[in-house]
Amino acid sequence: MIPAQFDYVAPESVEDALAALAAAGDEAKVLAGGQSLLPVLRMRLNAPEVVVDLGRIPELREISDDGEAIVIGSMATHSAVVASDLVREHAALLARTVAEVADPQVRHRGTVGGALVHADPAGDVGAAALALDAEFTIVGPGGSTRTVAGADFFVDLFETAVGEGELLTRIRIPKHTGWGAHYEKFVRVAHQWSIVAVAATVRVEGGTIAEARVGLTNMGSTPLRARSVEEALVGRPATEDAVRAAAASAADGTNPPSDLNGDSDYRKHLATVLTRRAVLAAAQG
Amino acid sequence: MTVTDERPATKEVGSRRTRKEDQRLITGRTRWTDNIQLPGMLHLAMVRSPFAHAKVLSVDTAAAKGAPGVMGVFTGADLAETQGANINAWPITADQVTPTHLPVVVDHVACAGEIVAVVAARSAAAARDAAELVDVDYEELPAVLDMKEALTDAVLAHPDLGTNKSAFWTLDSAEAGTGADVDEAIAKAREDGIVIEREYRQQRLIPAFMEPRSTVVDPTGEQIVIWSATQVPHILRFCIAATTGIPESKIRVIAPDVGGGFGGKLQTTPEEFATLAVARKLGKPVKYTETRSESLLSGHHGRDQWQRLTLSAEKDGTVTGFKVELLADLGAYVAIVGGGVPVLGAWMFNSIYKFPAYRFTVQTILTNKPWVDAYRGAGRPEATFGIERMMDELAAEVGVDPLAIREKNWITHEEFPFTTVAGMTYDSGNYEAATARATELFDYDGMRAEQRRRRESGDPVQLGIGVSTFTEMCGLAPSRILGQLNYGAGGWEHASIRMLATGKVEVITGTSPHGQGHETAWSQIVADRLGIPFEDVEVLHGDTQIAPRGLDTYGSRSLVVGGEAVVRAADKVIEKAKPVAAHLLEADVADIEFTDGTFGVRGTDKGIGIADLALAAFAAHNWPDGLEPSLDAEATFDPDNFSFPHGTHLCAMEVDTETGATRMRKYVCVDDVGVIVNPLIVEGQVHGGLVQGIAQALWEGAEFDDNGTLVTGSFVDYTLPTAADTISFVTDHTTSPSTTNTLGTKGVGEAGTIASTPAVVNAIVDALRPRGIHDVEMPCTPERVWRAIRSAGADSAGAAPSAAQPHFDESEGDVQ
Repeated sequence: MIPAQFDYVAPESVEDALAALAAAGDEAKVLAGGQSLLPVLRMRLNAPEVVVDLGRIPELREISDDGEAIVIGSMATHSAVVASDLVREHAALLARTVAEVADPQVRHRGTVGGALVHADPAGDVGAAALALDAEFTIVGPGGSTRTVAGADFFVDLFETAVGEGELLTRIRIPKHTGWGAHYEKFVRVAHQWSIVAVAATVRVEGGTIAEARVGLTNMGSTPLRARSVEEALVGRPATEDAVRAAAASAADGTNPPSDLNGDSDYRKHLATVLTRRAVLAAAQG
Repeated sequence: MTVTDERPATKEVGSRRTRKEDQRLITGRTRWTDNIQLPGMLHLAMVRSPFAHAKVLSVDTAAAKGAPGVMGVFTGADLAETQGANINAWPITADQVTPTHLPVVVDHVACAGEIVAVVAARSAAAARDAAELVDVDYEELPAVLDMKEALTDAVLAHPDLGTNKSAFWTLDSAEAGTGADVDEAIAKAREDGIVIEREYRQQRLIPAFMEPRSTVVDPTGEQIVIWSATQVPHILRFCIAATTGIPESKIRVIAPDVGGGFGGKLQTTPEEFATLAVARKLGKPVKYTETRSESLLSGHHGRDQWQRLTLSAEKDGTVTGFKVELLADLGAYVAIVGGGVPVLGAWMFNSIYKFPAYRFTVQTILTNKPWVDAYRGAGRPEATFGIERMMDELAAEVGVDPLAIREKNWITHEEFPFTTVAGMTYDSGNYEAATARATELFDYDGMRAEQRRRRESGDPVQLGIGVSTFTEMCGLAPSRILGQLNYGAGGWEHASIRMLATGKVEVITGTSPHGQGHETAWSQIVADRLGIPFEDVEVLHGDTQIAPRGLDTYGSRSLVVGGEAVVRAADKVIEKAKPVAAHLLEADVADIEFTDGTFGVRGTDKGIGIADLALAAFAAHNWPDGLEPSLDAEATFDPDNFSFPHGTHLCAMEVDTETGATRMRKYVCVDDVGVIVNPLIVEGQVHGGLVQGIAQALWEGAEFDDNGTLVTGSFVDYTLPTAADTISFVTDHTTSPSTTNTLGTKGVGEAGTIASTPAVVNAIVDALRPRGIHDVEMPCTPERVWRAIRSAGADSAGAAPSAAQPHFDESEGDVQ
């Protein structure tokens, strides 16, 4: 498996990276861990002229606390996110979701920003980011910076708000301190992409669900929020029956794919079962 | 009856020696084929057809030839005179339809992935880049992909052949005189007994060895030297000589350390022939190493059958007849063993049972899919699956435990040797003992009790218990039987032993290990036999110049046939040494006895060690008149019969009825593989084999789209399991020594794979049977399980509905 020839640049600052992207125009690809990009290059499904490696920009790896939110640099690896006390305490859903990405080798090299911008609908990170109301900081040519909410970030299959010549630099996740969380991932073999998965985080007060957030993986061309489930859960007891009733609408309005691992109707059914399980597990802590 | 009493004291045989080859294999301090670098070596890249069926109208190589680093681009036409052919060594019938299989196609592509052109360049990257520049003009032809559609000949895989039907092969017990007429048995059972009719799918699998195939050819010397990641260096040399005209004596084939095969490397491949042809054209060393994607697409695949099975029985469950009608997809070509793989099942569908009447037929079929050949078990997993699924169906119909129905029909241990309805004579076995041990380890009654509890409480997670009592035929193969079957070679194996002056011993084996641990096991055998330290034995293999005679490794043959050749060579060394010892000890040769490495004179304390004799042979200063100064010996062993390992496998599966997901709860197997040379190696073989068989039941399957494109073309979609997907297995053994070889061994390479698949599927079906479900097609994906549950509904608990017992005679199409 040998990719077509390309030039490789490894800038050491965001400014230099933007400049490298600007210079290459639409012939550049960003390398952010490479767990998806390298197979694509090796199988010659894509042949960029320039690969811009973000791996040597230390500031993009930082995970910090800005008071209201946890800010995760786009080049933080999955394993760094899983190990981060800040993330575990204030965004438990992200930590639990990212812990389920692929296998340890991939988590060690792959980055959350890379996974988010790659936007594979079967990828795990998006559902949790969406459920946690993450905001995405995107920088563009000349250092112009904008912040995009989750609903606007995920555009379509393999497409996000990050445009040509732009970089995702930070993911800002409002604190969900004390929320229970669970990522229910359904696969046939351990290292597989999600067939369907559900990211759920809830705040429980005295046995009653006060707030709930539910994100769906691989139930459409982008990660989705199961808002009808979230609304139905509020004020309900965290019991099997109550959650089952609320979870019944998990697949409403979704249009999941049909492929080797399951037809669309099967995925819709799975979404309801997995949503119930995810919410109940989240409510347990 | 047995020769077991003559075995010498065994210090090494039976001990858990860690494998002497593992340090270099595990640390990578060895030379795999792809590591080989030769001066001036060129690298190849293949241009492969994206179409399953096409005419090649033209191939424009001009741009590729002009690309940087490119030394040559060759089409099939360029190589036609010299490239040889991929042959079928086992035409199963005299009128078998066998398409010519050229390594690089000239004008007709019969499956996606076929090689259309070969690019040679100074680097692998340059070759790959240039391959993109080869412009092939195809005229796409309609492809036939489904083997049942292929039977109609409406669309032809090879239009010039006029049919897709390759061969029809029959074994009938009434005709052979080994049993009664099966149709009569079935007709009678329709009147007053039980007839079970089922159709099962053996999905197509892809051998996924760890090391991709790789070939290096050096044509620059007097001999052409070929390194290849192959199971069959000797067969490869023969096939190259037979089809290219290169004298066999001018070809040296080396299989260096090889990383797995599972049958996938017993092929002589188009890539090997193409690499050889280009090396000869250019007069330079050339290397080709496939990518994993190429491996999945262009290596041969395995299994791929439809099985139409009819079992007749008396009302109490005593089987009266078994009729097996197979359709077997060969893919686009008849591979080296090709049609013979389903035929191997002919002797195994009757398994461990005393069936009075039996008929086996197979129709082999050509399609526009990749070719199919041996994959771990080769014909025997398919057969075991068929009969073990049917025995469970019979048990359900009679209303008894699946173990009881087997016990009612199996050969009892007092009845060995036993000649089966298929005409095989099983030498030894004890199905009762293996089953008793397995049920004990499994806590069979406890698991059944838990199953009842879950059923009664309506637990969303149901429990199923699967049984698989199996036997297989190993030790391929008695040459005379192969001759009767029109197989193109013998089944003997060769070994030689060289007694070195320093006391070390070289053992040369004609088998060709690719991960099995032959170096360790052979050392243990020879250490015991010659009374020398394990560490002093060096095992050499896999090079036709070092091991000039051999028939290589497949079909659980290496130890049973090749190990016996080693024993016989060692015995010859001892016999050669006795008169020399007598001479040096000034004794009568009749008084010489050999014990524990020393030749002694009976009734005295005089003796001489075997290493001292080897030194004496080296010096030859004092040697008996008329004898050659050498203790070296060789032996060729041709078995009289196959060996018949057996075992009882029990599997518990949890089925999540909400999602269809399945989870293995417990797996116990008790295998009788005869005498065990190295328990650690046997355990490894059983564990790996189990996972491969379980993978067929649950995970693996080659899938194609309507155009014949392999959809499961990478490990993203071809869901190979890892250790994370399996549980800890409980393995144990009973031992009935084989009587067909001195060591009493039976073979273990394929047992786990053969037995485990039906155990798993039986367990899943057992969990769902109260819902009226009597089959789930493999792989039993969560979606298939869920759909089975959903379509059956939960209201039919108890007896199977009438649809569970269809009659082929009354319905024309599929019965599933």
